[in-house]
Amino acid sequence: MPEPTTPQNPQGRNPHDEGAISALGGSGGAMDLAVAEGASLEKPPKPGRSGGDRARSLWSDAWHDLRRNPVFLVSGLIIAFLVFISLWPSAIASGDPLACDLAKAQQGSQPGHPFGFNGQGCDVYTRTVYGARASVTVGVCATLGVALLGSLLGGLAGFFGGWFDSLLSRITDVFFAIPVVLGGLVFLSVVPGTTVWPVITFIVLLGWPQIARIARGSVITAKQNDYVQAARALGAGNSRMLLRHITPNAIAPVIVVATIALGTYIALEATLSYLGVGLKAPTVSWGIDISSASGYVRNAPHMLLWPAGALALTVLAFIMLGDAVRDALDPKLR
Amino acid sequence: MAEIIRTSPHARAEHEEAGATEAGAWAVPVDPATGGGETILEVRDLVKHYPLTQGIMRRKQVGAVKAVDGVSFDLGAGETLGIVGESGCGKSTVAKMLVQLEQPTAGAIRYKGEDITKLSGRALKAVRRNIQMVFQDPYTSLNPRMTVGDIIGEPYEIHPEVAPKGSRRRKVQDLLDVVGLNPEYINRYPHQFSGGQRQRIGIARGLALNPEIIVADEPVSALDVSVQAQVINLLDGLQQEFNLSYLFIAHDLSIVRHISDRVGVMYLGRIVEIGTDTEIYEHPTHPYTQALLSAVPVPDPTAREHRERIILTGDVPSPANPPSGCRFRTRCWKAQERCAQEVPLLAVPSVFRGVDTPAAHDSACHFAEEKAVVPH
Amino acid sequence: MLLEVRDLHVEFKTRDGIAKAVNGVNYSVDEGETLAVLGESGSGKSVTAQAVMGILDMPPGRIPRGEILFEGQDVLKLKEDRRRKIRGAGMAMIFQDALSSLNPVLSVGEQLGEMFVVHRGMSKKDSRAKAVELMERVRIPAAKERVGQYPHQFSGGMRQRIMIAMALALEPKLIIADEPTTALDVTVQAQVMDLLAELQRELHMGLILITHDLGVVADVADKIAVMYAGRIVETAPVHDIYRNPAHPYTKGLLESIPRLDQKGQELYAIKGLPPNLLNIPPGCAFNPRCPRAQDVCRTHVPPLYDVAAGRQSACHFWKETLDG
Repeated sequence: MPEPTTPQNPQGRNPHDEGAISALGGSGGAMDLAVAEGASLEKPPKPGRSGGDRARSLWSDAWHDLRRNPVFLVSGLIIAFLVFISLWPSAIASGDPLACDLAKAQQGSQPGHPFGFNGQGCDVYTRTVYGARASVTVGVCATLGVALLGSLLGGLAGFFGGWFDSLLSRITDVFFAIPVVLGGLVFLSVVPGTTVWPVITFIVLLGWPQIARIARGSVITAKQNDYVQAARALGAGNSRMLLRHITPNAIAPVIVVATIALGTYIALEATLSYLGVGLKAPTVSWGIDISSASGYVRNAPHMLLWPAGALALTVLAFIMLGDAVRDALDPKLR
Repeated sequence: MAEIIRTSPHARAEHEEAGATEAGAWAVPVDPATGGGETILEVRDLVKHYPLTQGIMRRKQVGAVKAVDGVSFDLGAGETLGIVGESGCGKSTVAKMLVQLEQPTAGAIRYKGEDITKLSGRALKAVRRNIQMVFQDPYTSLNPRMTVGDIIGEPYEIHPEVAPKGSRRRKVQDLLDVVGLNPEYINRYPHQFSGGQRQRIGIARGLALNPEIIVADEPVSALDVSVQAQVINLLDGLQQEFNLSYLFIAHDLSIVRHISDRVGVMYLGRIVEIGTDTEIYEHPTHPYTQALLSAVPVPDPTAREHRERIILTGDVPSPANPPSGCRFRTRCWKAQERCAQEVPLLAVPSVFRGVDTPAAHDSACHFAEEKAVVPH
Repeated sequence: MLLEVRDLHVEFKTRDGIAKAVNGVNYSVDEGETLAVLGESGSGKSVTAQAVMGILDMPPGRIPRGEILFEGQDVLKLKEDRRRKIRGAGMAMIFQDALSSLNPVLSVGEQLGEMFVVHRGMSKKDSRAKAVELMERVRIPAAKERVGQYPHQFSGGMRQRIMIAMALALEPKLIIADEPTTALDVTVQAQVMDLLAELQRELHMGLILITHDLGVVADVADKIAVMYAGRIVETAPVHDIYRNPAHPYTKGLLESIPRLDQKGQELYAIKGLPPNLLNIPPGCAFNPRCPRAQDVCRTHVPPLYDVAAGRQSACHFWKETLDG
């Protein structure tokens, strides 16, 4: 007999509840589900969590949870700080990021210049602080644009299906076939500029199909649930079904993928800048600095370390934030 | 909800009858088949075909899954009609068409004389208030990201005329009480409840708009045995309290008998036999009903010795390509040439016509004969 | 005795604590005998069977105590490779969901034949002939033609037959069937149950039938073990338990099912909910739902009292339950 496998029916789809328990040995997740079912009512309600007279909603409960979640607080603080220095870099860096002295090129840390100097002899600390603006702008704006456009198109395609869905699926296939760097070279040489906006436009244009595909899939999954049918049987319109029932249940994967994508967008900006079509001087960005420092890792690692560290911290903060938001929107985890 | 609790079901029915005659909008004769109550739902030749298509861009229809193929029945006020059948017989599709989750391919569903299949917009929304559904799976039928209060209160948001804003919370708590849940659970989420409790929440949502008809699609089959009885008793009690009509769909014949006044047996998209519970269970005349009843495991070990069991051979044919004539003939031990050619009509079989016997009820078989298969 | 389970305990580690799924189960099956294990979800009936088969996921599962004697040998003490030999040749299992238990990309013939290749070292060709033989044995029509087909090409009832064929392949002495007919339609259910009972008689195997359905049990079992919250609350020969249950839970279950032969009034309903395995009530686990519960039930776990020959009940008030 081949190794017997336990039939896995985690989600109670099974006609008999026993499925949950027979999967008990099969997967840990099902166990939680089966136990949680009988469990939760035995637990005394957490103080202030229920029994109160105020009507609760998903969003107010989510906010209630987030405010107490250390992961959210830490990542929120980091992001707030980043936004602050993007808006007012001079508040913590008094120097001029463009004032460079070739004589000090590649020099290490010294009084007044804690991060040392880069290949052109510019102060790395000042440039790292000033670079936040471009990188954060590209990361946040591109992610917002991609997430909005992608989830809107993907969500509608998943919800309505039909010809719009077929059309959108073919279009996303086409976009997936475009090589990112080549596309960037072509697009940015046609739409030149020294600001962040052409780069953001390009990333949104190229990035939305990824989110659209995920949004479409998760909307289709959510749509098949009986509670959507139940709402329809009550006479709910499309907008109510989409906003009340489908979006909250379909948004988690979009949040996860979007926050991860945020880091890759900042990295993509760096790549394009390195190739000379992204941001150009006098704009200061971590991407430009990382790419220009990458040739000197052995001699002067500090040139790479500081902007790359800032980038890593930013990406981490956003991923943590996405994680916390996703968990807060899932009542099962409370 | 409170005001309905005080009104007796009888008074409510009377009131509605009076209102109707005054308005003269519809007049339905009292149908003996529905136990004396006036017919509030008439289903006629209901058909649902799902097209099978080929090709990516230009879809070409190559056939159809005939999920429901000509189903007719009446439902009386305060009555429970049970529909039984095996998976794929189309019983759930019928339920979905009744609550307008699926658009029928053909046929009519008349609610108080008005065909609701043609309605849309405001008129459809108004009808939906009166025909509500209880779903099978208590795990997927409640939105996990909404509180119980939001779930049961949603009907009032969609139909704000039913309850003014200030009174909704009160009504939701009343409903929780009616279905036997603690009204303080209003802020909890569905996953904090067991299967049986979730099903009660689903029932409360179905009751919120004061419907006259509740379509229940396998409402207890996902529950544990000891909890099933609780939910069945609840449904029974609610029916008496609010004079509800139930269309109760299930595969469990014992439960259907317990709750139903009349029972229809479906096979491959058609009703093969329909009658009162005594007629169907004690005097079945269709071979499929007889086989179905004899196959039910009975919780009585002494029955296994002296009980005739009809074990059918083979499986249910595909609804995309049903057999000609009588659809049951491929598994029927009585099948003859005639069964392949002639579709048997759902009517009182000729042998019983004019005879005063419980076997004289609608049965779609050319060779109908009575056979008692349920042990006593 | 073919199989004896003694004082078996199984726990699962979960996020919220230790879930005590099985709390001291004893049962035995002899050759040619059918034991039905009856219980609701969370009663531990499937977990016990998985422990017997040795297919529990450990972790999160753990067997802190107990013995599982198969032909006198404690399989819990065996090494994994010895244990694997017992699985298949000594005991085999049939699952509820045949579709997910069969590999969708291998033909039915390959999956059936594989066992002979692995366990008996047969050639591919011979194993195929064996596969056809097995399919005929479980009465699959046109077995020769269908042996090359894939699981999705079979109906639910036929797939369950293939699962049975697979379990029978190496002629095990014990078959454990976990809700074998729950996913099937009533008319197909009867076919499959009949087949299983017939094969068991023919091959003189021990059969453990795990189910929640009192009707299925009545049709085939010799003796019954009723489980609740990880314990056996009543064991009895099948006739006795239906005629006169000795435990309030069994009694409640029997009274709560609607009957096919009469249109009843209000059903008896066991109040309350099955217990939370993380927090099983002290004393008798059924006491919060029991109409007979007294103070002693809340403090003392009832042992299995001998009620009659071959009958036991874990109720302090079994006498009173029997009398009325």
